[in-house]
Amino acid sequence: MSAGIELENVCCDFGTFRAVDNANVSIKPGEFFSFLGPSGCGKTTILRMVSGFIEPTEGAIKIGGKDVKGTRPNQRPTALIFQNLALFPLMPIWENIAFGLEVRGVDKATRRKKADDLLKLVDLPGAADKMVSQLSGGQKQRVAIARALAVEPSVMLLDEPLSALDLKLRQHMRAELRAIQKRTGVTFIYITHDQGEALAMSDRVGVMSQGRIQQIAVPRDIYDNPVNGFVASFVGENNIFEGDVGPVSAGMAGLSSPHGAFRARIAPEAQGKALKLYVRPEHTTLSKTAAAENSVEMEVTEVAFEGAFISVHGVAAGGKRLSAEVKNDGITVVPGVGEKVFASFDAARALLLPDANVRA
Amino acid sequence: MLDWLSPEAATALMLSLRVSLVATLASLPVGVLVAYALARGRFVGHGLLNGLVHLPLILPPVVTGYLLLLTFGRQGWIGASLWDWFGFTFAFRWTGAALAAAVMAFPLLVRAIRLAIEAVDPKLEEAASTLGASRLVVFGTVTLPLILPGIIAGAVLAFAKAMGEFGATITFVANIPGETQTLPTAIYAFLQVPGGDGAALRLVAVSVAVAMAALALSEWLARRVARRIAGR
Repeated sequence: MSAGIELENVCCDFGTFRAVDNANVSIKPGEFFSFLGPSGCGKTTILRMVSGFIEPTEGAIKIGGKDVKGTRPNQRPTALIFQNLALFPLMPIWENIAFGLEVRGVDKATRRKKADDLLKLVDLPGAADKMVSQLSGGQKQRVAIARALAVEPSVMLLDEPLSALDLKLRQHMRAELRAIQKRTGVTFIYITHDQGEALAMSDRVGVMSQGRIQQIAVPRDIYDNPVNGFVASFVGENNIFEGDVGPVSAGMAGLSSPHGAFRARIAPEAQGKALKLYVRPEHTTLSKTAAAENSVEMEVTEVAFEGAFISVHGVAAGGKRLSAEVKNDGITVVPGVGEKVFASFDAARALLLPDANVRA
Repeated sequence: MLDWLSPEAATALMLSLRVSLVATLASLPVGVLVAYALARGRFVGHGLLNGLVHLPLILPPVVTGYLLLLTFGRQGWIGASLWDWFGFTFAFRWTGAALAAAVMAFPLLVRAIRLAIEAVDPKLEEAASTLGASRLVVFGTVTLPLILPGIIAGAVLAFAKAMGEFGATITFVANIPGETQTLPTAIYAFLQVPGGDGAALRLVAVSVAVAMAALALSEWLARRVARRIAGR
């Protein structure tokens, strides 16, 4: 059945390069956990360590409470789905799916039945006797999932499996993957650089940069309460102000910047560090007159219609670029290019954050 | 069928076919193993093994033949033990001609197979192993079927090279009619005697025919395998 996974002080070196630095995660059985980060952040290395293709340089990996040190990939209760899917080109679909069963010595009739059942599960009945080359990208995707599910893994590892699909299909497969995960109850560890994918599908997300896990939290907290500037910037857009942080009271602090004095939230652990103020464009409002606090005058340089909202970009004093998202609700007035407006934000929506957590 | 050839020439042809076939078949498993090690392995001595395999391609064949004689000759450091323990020797036997041909053809065999292995996506092998297959099963069920065209190409190339091997063979096992006189050495021998031109020419024609047949066979096999891979 599904198993939990613990990474305890896991490090991985490639020569002098530290690909993963002191990773500590506890993933619960049946959880959909995503590692999110740019390429080269170490997320794939973590996946390869869990699946057994790389041994950690330091630390321990436990699957279902058991230390898996020294066991080969074929001896671990994990199944890995690759970005390029890696379906066996010489086998028909059903043999692809039943490959793991054949290796385990299951007889042909049972294999065929199991393959047919799994094809139904992934919504691809009737494809059993086709060859891999006859399927579309989305269909191959489903076969790869079925093939991994066939061996009834305790943990399913997915390495950016949707990145080769087009946008529409990707969005469809997101929901599909999530549904399959719920139906089977298998622990999913999902690797992606697409923040939308990670936020939409996961129970929890671990954001990584330069080999370090920056933050582990539920998607909403990752977006609304990022712990540092890297996380805030990686999962969304920000208006950023630099300046000197004033005294802290009741979780709020002031920031005196060249663009004025601001007030924003500050986390206890951030105090005493070099901080910048981050506020999201959708939390930035535009008005003809200055608000009571946290207001900056800017000249509108670009208005981009995005459908559900309108993205307004402007330049404040000193060439500071700012942006705001205005809801396309027919009520809010959208300023035109060249107009001077005040960009304001609620202090509770702004955060004072340090830069990324990197090695000194 | 071989009436128009002199008995001597017919013997040389049959011997050449036997020597080349044995050389190819015997070196095939070793060739696959070495090619796999070179393509996928990361170990100390990788460069050395690669160099050793390719050495016969670069050395003058007569040098390879002489080295074989020093090693596998009756007094050679391996050859002497073989003779003392098993009463077996390569020296001046058709088996020696097969050994020389195998060594000379080995680089071509390994190269073709290695290229085929390197063209296989390692992710396919990794996928198979996360599905529970051991290394041996992965090789047998995933890698081997995919590299089959490369193995066939390598084997045909090795066979052709073995058919034409001259320098190492004549140096190692000499030119004994009926025992070590292969097609090329027979042609050479005919050319050394007055009036032997006609016999030599007939053997040359045979050589050309065998080469063409081997080429046609490999083309046919390659196409068959390609069709199978493309999806029945």
